[in-house]
Amino acid sequence: MNPESLRYSDEYEWIGESNGVYVVGITDFAQEKLGDITYVELPAVGKKIARGEEAAIVESVKAASDVFAPVSGTVIEVNYALENDPGLINRDPFGRGWIFKLDGINQKEYEELMSYIAYRAFCQGES
Amino acid sequence: MKLIFKKSVPGRGTTIFDPLSQAVQPLPDSLMRGDPPALPEVSELEVIRHFTGLSRRNFGVDSHFYPLGSCTMKYNPRIDELTASLPGFTGLHPHWATIPAARALCQGALAVIWELERFLAEIGGMKAGCLQPMAGAHGELAGVLMIAAYHRTRGNHGKKVMLVPDSAHGTNPASAAMAGFSVRTVPSAPNGEIDFDAFRAALDETVAGVMLTCPNTHGLFERQVAEIARLAHEQDALLYYDGANLNAILGKVRPGDLGFDVMHFNLHKTFSTPHGMGGPGSGAVAVGERLEAFLPGPRIIRGENGDFDLMTPEHSIGAIAPFFGSFLVGLRAWTYIRAHGRDGLPKVAEAAVLNANYVLARLKDHFHAPFGDRCMHECVLNATRQVAAGQVKALDIAKALLDRGFHAPTVYFPLTVPECLMIEPTETESRETLDAFCEAMIEIARLAEADPEALKQAPTSMPVGRLDEVKAARELNCSC
Repeated sequence: MNPESLRYSDEYEWIGESNGVYVVGITDFAQEKLGDITYVELPAVGKKIARGEEAAIVESVKAASDVFAPVSGTVIEVNYALENDPGLINRDPFGRGWIFKLDGINQKEYEELMSYIAYRAFCQGES
Repeated sequence: MKLIFKKSVPGRGTTIFDPLSQAVQPLPDSLMRGDPPALPEVSELEVIRHFTGLSRRNFGVDSHFYPLGSCTMKYNPRIDELTASLPGFTGLHPHWATIPAARALCQGALAVIWELERFLAEIGGMKAGCLQPMAGAHGELAGVLMIAAYHRTRGNHGKKVMLVPDSAHGTNPASAAMAGFSVRTVPSAPNGEIDFDAFRAALDETVAGVMLTCPNTHGLFERQVAEIARLAHEQDALLYYDGANLNAILGKVRPGDLGFDVMHFNLHKTFSTPHGMGGPGSGAVAVGERLEAFLPGPRIIRGENGDFDLMTPEHSIGAIAPFFGSFLVGLRAWTYIRAHGRDGLPKVAEAAVLNANYVLARLKDHFHAPFGDRCMHECVLNATRQVAAGQVKALDIAKALLDRGFHAPTVYFPLTVPECLMIEPTETESRETLDAFCEAMIEIARLAEADPEALKQAPTSMPVGRLDEVKAARELNCSC
């Protein structure tokens, strides 16, 4: 996905629309900070999650981190490819390293997320 | 180095005649195994050489400086081993304590446990202690279970949340979650202490407790701690003291006097019992008045005639470990406390803090020091300067230290500090050792500028080179 068309949370998740559903992953900045990712715990398909709730867990050689739902919605698909190849998140965080897809999202929460430009500025303040 | 099984030769064994091999078969045929056990067949001398060789490859505090931050890898005085190897203690069976008729046979051991619990309570400024927990995280679990029991007993049903700073050890939120609490993270302020305004905003009537490490994992004393305790108690939330960093304030400040209600002690850190390779550890707990009735049981009490007996407190959370925890570890800690005495223990903290500040002062011009030029018992530096210049990462610095005869400090923790190097020298190191370590660090910083590729190959002098930790984590295979 094109990072410039995505929306961002302050917990380093990205979310973007694709064919009517919303794809969620962690950003390039986040994967860089985490280092080599060794394990991903995916959410259950069908699970309803609220904004800010823990949706997945990403473990690297340095740390285990929660991935939070950037908006409320229902998990309709997860990226099982990460179970065998968690390094996809390092190699292609905005593409094949996506983590889960949400449907029925809260549109207002989506609008409140950061734009690409705002997120870039946010990361500069953090690094 | 070959595994001992690869050295096995059929028929080879000890040269000393073994009368036991002539023993009568002790069990009926139906209970005897068909095949002999798959033990290596090697001579006694080969066994000695094998394990001596292994021990030489050990990288421990007996042979190397070991500045692992937040771990307090201090020297284990040999007098601790002396008492812990006395046959009057090693020959005891733990059930002698639980069988009333046999209790007279282990009064000395019960006296040690009883006395150590009182020592720890005194050091912590607490009312009573319990040696049962087998490790720090186990002590945390005991502590938060007591907090949960306290609120249950008082009918505080809305108390669901545990506040934990983002600089905490990961075991804090894990212990709280295991006890059924949801965890609310409180961020750190830029100065490395807890963000006090964020703490106030996070504190409401649903908060059951606050878990603090003080000094925290940034090596800083939480200067607002008394106010935090006051505000928490206003909400009937209890304060948990994570004793991982107690070495910094040992004998100087008592957590109970700061307002903490419950704490654990890592006997394997602060009180010098052996540490590492998974134990045995000891995460003894102590509690203030509010939680005394909830301590794990059974506890040891002394009757009017001076005999020691067992008693389970009124609202005890029950036994959380078999018997009395790691008894021989407790005995070592008892010895350490007795050997230092009231006047010696504060000197431990003073020297630990002095040593860490010495390292910080010598290294702060060579590595970024995110929290200024003062610290408690450990100092936090990072490699952000080296990373920004495209030189090396914290991991490369850690590996390069191994080649220079030093164990690596803690790296990439706390998570709040990018590229973190967390150095805890402990009080038992000499100025000469600290100087040698600092000179190695300064040399590494210079080499990072001049020849970063050389550091990326490190270690080159160890039995194995740079380990592929990503492969180890991704392709974990424990079978052999």
